[in-house]
Amino acid sequence: MSVATEILQPNVKTGKETIKMSGQKVCVHYGEKQALFDVDLNIVANQVISLIGPSGCGKSTFLRCLNRMNDTIDICNVSGQINLEGQDIYDKSIDVVELRARVGMVFQKPNPFPKSIYENVAYGPRIHGMTRSKDELDELVTSSLRRAGLWEEVKDRLDQPGTGLSGGQQQRLCIARAIATKPEVLLMDEPCSALDPIATAIIEELIDELRENFTIVIVTHSMQQAARVSQKTAFFHLGKLIEEGPTEQIFTNPHHKKTQDYITGRIG
Amino acid sequence: MTDMANGNLQQKSSVHTSDEARERLAKRYRAEGNFKWIGRAAIGVSVAFLLLLLSSVVSQGLPAFTFNFVSLPFEVTAEKLGTDGADQDVLKRADYDSVIRDAIRAEFPDVTSRNGKRALGGILSSGSSVYLRQQVLDDPSVITSGKKLEVPISDFADLYLKGQITSGETVDGAANLRVERQDKEYRLIADEPVFANALSKAKERLSVRVAALRKEQAGTLRSKAKLEGDIVALQERIPSETDSVVKERLETTLAKTEKDLALLLKRIEALVEKANALDGRIANKGLGETLTEEMPSSLLYIGGGVLKLTAITTNTATATPYFALAEEMSEAAKGTWQLRTLDVVEANRKFSDQEIVWTDKLVERDYVRSGINTIFFTRGASREPEMAGVLGAAIGSALTLIVTLVLAFPLGVAAAIYLEEFAPKNRWTTIIEVNINNLAAVPSIVFGLLGLAVFLNYFHLDRSAPYVGGMVLALMTLPTIIIASRAALRAVPPSIREAALGIGASRLQTVTHHVLPLAMPGILTGTIIGMAQALGETAPLLMIGMVAFVVDVPTTFSDPSTVLPVQIFMWADFPEPAFQQRTSAAIMVLLAFLIAMNAIAVVLRKRFERRW
Repeated sequence: MSVATEILQPNVKTGKETIKMSGQKVCVHYGEKQALFDVDLNIVANQVISLIGPSGCGKSTFLRCLNRMNDTIDICNVSGQINLEGQDIYDKSIDVVELRARVGMVFQKPNPFPKSIYENVAYGPRIHGMTRSKDELDELVTSSLRRAGLWEEVKDRLDQPGTGLSGGQQQRLCIARAIATKPEVLLMDEPCSALDPIATAIIEELIDELRENFTIVIVTHSMQQAARVSQKTAFFHLGKLIEEGPTEQIFTNPHHKKTQDYITGRIG
Repeated sequence: MTDMANGNLQQKSSVHTSDEARERLAKRYRAEGNFKWIGRAAIGVSVAFLLLLLSSVVSQGLPAFTFNFVSLPFEVTAEKLGTDGADQDVLKRADYDSVIRDAIRAEFPDVTSRNGKRALGGILSSGSSVYLRQQVLDDPSVITSGKKLEVPISDFADLYLKGQITSGETVDGAANLRVERQDKEYRLIADEPVFANALSKAKERLSVRVAALRKEQAGTLRSKAKLEGDIVALQERIPSETDSVVKERLETTLAKTEKDLALLLKRIEALVEKANALDGRIANKGLGETLTEEMPSSLLYIGGGVLKLTAITTNTATATPYFALAEEMSEAAKGTWQLRTLDVVEANRKFSDQEIVWTDKLVERDYVRSGINTIFFTRGASREPEMAGVLGAAIGSALTLIVTLVLAFPLGVAAAIYLEEFAPKNRWTTIIEVNINNLAAVPSIVFGLLGLAVFLNYFHLDRSAPYVGGMVLALMTLPTIIIASRAALRAVPPSIREAALGIGASRLQTVTHHVLPLAMPGILTGTIIGMAQALGETAPLLMIGMVAFVVDVPTTFSDPSTVLPVQIFMWADFPEPAFQQRTSAAIMVLLAFLIAMNAIAVVLRKRFERRW
């Protein structure tokens, strides 16, 4: 039974919000075990929505459904509908490779390719054939690195291996890599959990800037981060979406008791 | 208050600091120390065995890398060959044998008997004419330029020059020697016992014979006892026997047995007599001896010639000339002659004293040059050890391995990639995986039988060809490469794959652009292990005919050829001692191949190695 209140309807309440991605009755099974139970969630364009909840509640699972990364896990079975701009992404006519170019992902642990910094960022655009000349590619790499806030630090050493950077720099490199393919949605799975507070602050600032051009879904353990960074928040518990709404409202006046308990620290 | 606190503290920490705890800790350290020592001992034993193996191979093989060549004044002229170099056909068919024969006989004009001439020709390699012809064909200008040409010496002469046939010692003549000549024989007389040493050595050999005789005598005792027992038994039975037919038979047997005993006793008597006679001779130190071929040879170097002693006493000797003296002489002063004794008796070696004398003379005249054994590295197999080379087998091995690599590497890596990255994990893939693992353990000769049955008998492909050998070895190497590649692919962390997939790379792009380069070091290691195994394989290639005696060096993939391990196997079977050395030398060549392959692998690994 899903308890999803205050789902914003497009162009109804504010008129300015369009839905980028939505999920209807999404269920995920890992073999016999069910991890998500009938999740209905809308993701609004050009906004940051954070998914919060205790460990093992299914938020990462849901995130991975949005770009079909769960396909790589054999025993994983996804049912229900997930739409990107109205189109079901699990439809047979959808190319998963194209989907992943439009829905980018940043992982919890920074995982730059063991190639040069330039190559890391250029790889995506190259395989998707996004640029026609070397100059265009250079331009794309530069702008992606700038957007990710890494340009000043690496502009002199673009041919050095990406794995030689510090943790925070690596994560920003991964963000640059993800945005280089000009995705429409950016999924971030606890991007700051392996970073120190300063690096975290830089990335949170980044997320705010990126919001102008991208739709961002972020999974986070830190409620403070959710409060700082996102406009909408969705609270998951034991595989169910308990509550979803504007961040301020969730944190000051949650409608559901479980949400209240989690926020005040009684559960999770 | 403080006491109580102290007391509490002590109690809490005694779990790890009490005597028992300390003892337990010490035990753990001791176990670790023992383990380290066992490890060091294991390494030490392995290194010792490795050094033992290498030293024995190298010490036996190193002499084969040098060889002695003889450059006599060969009459390689236009008259002898029939052309001055213009006509290739005439040049090819000219009689080089006679050129060589004439040259060697000119060096020793005293040799007149047929056997002597034949033995003289045997000093040079039997492949000399081929060798000489090759030099002339390569550069016909030598006919007119008169440049010195070389031929290889025979294998036993070469061994002799390397000191592998016999050793010996030479002493200067300790006294004046009177020389008397009677027809073909020489008599040498001295006032002092100059031949005493040689005589005592001869007597030593006699005692070896005595020991053999006594041993034989001891062996007859048993038969004697048995015969005597049989006679006694029969003598007891006969009187009490009633049946006349049986009695007659028994009496015949008794008569025969008595005759056998008599013969045996006579034989024993003869043995004892011989042994005693020999003992007598040994005891009598002054008694002269005839030097048979069972006795250590003595050569007398006097007046520019060489005499072989045929009988000696302490002060005198008779001798036959093995090389004529420069001029007749009746006396040789002390110190102007030398006596040389050889340790290995002539009967126990394949190189006679006469051949030794001839070879030494050639060296003395500066005709012999010791150099790198180019024959070994430039020629193919041969039945003559001095003409045998390893090039044919080396090229054959190289060609076969190229085919193996080209077939096994792409197939193996592609199969591993498919099985690891793309194939669904169901019952069929499990069966395939089990079968691949089992194939890696199949004895290699089974692959040879498979090659024989399918490639040769069914498809009628060429026998002994490198490409067929390569196919058989590729089948054998494939499981090794697949297993190693799968392990290498599995070792790449999934985070790399996720990153690539998340960016929108297809499965194939993920594998080829990201996973494969990271797995390359492991894949290369597995490939080199497989290749090294293939390099050393003999059994499967024997089955497809690569054991044939192939003389020519192969040039294409379908020329009949052999491979290094098979060549080593064949040479190890040949009886000539020179082949034993070449076997070890070929093993060293094989090891060099292996080291080269491993070096390439190390270089490639370093190039591909990336830290993630």
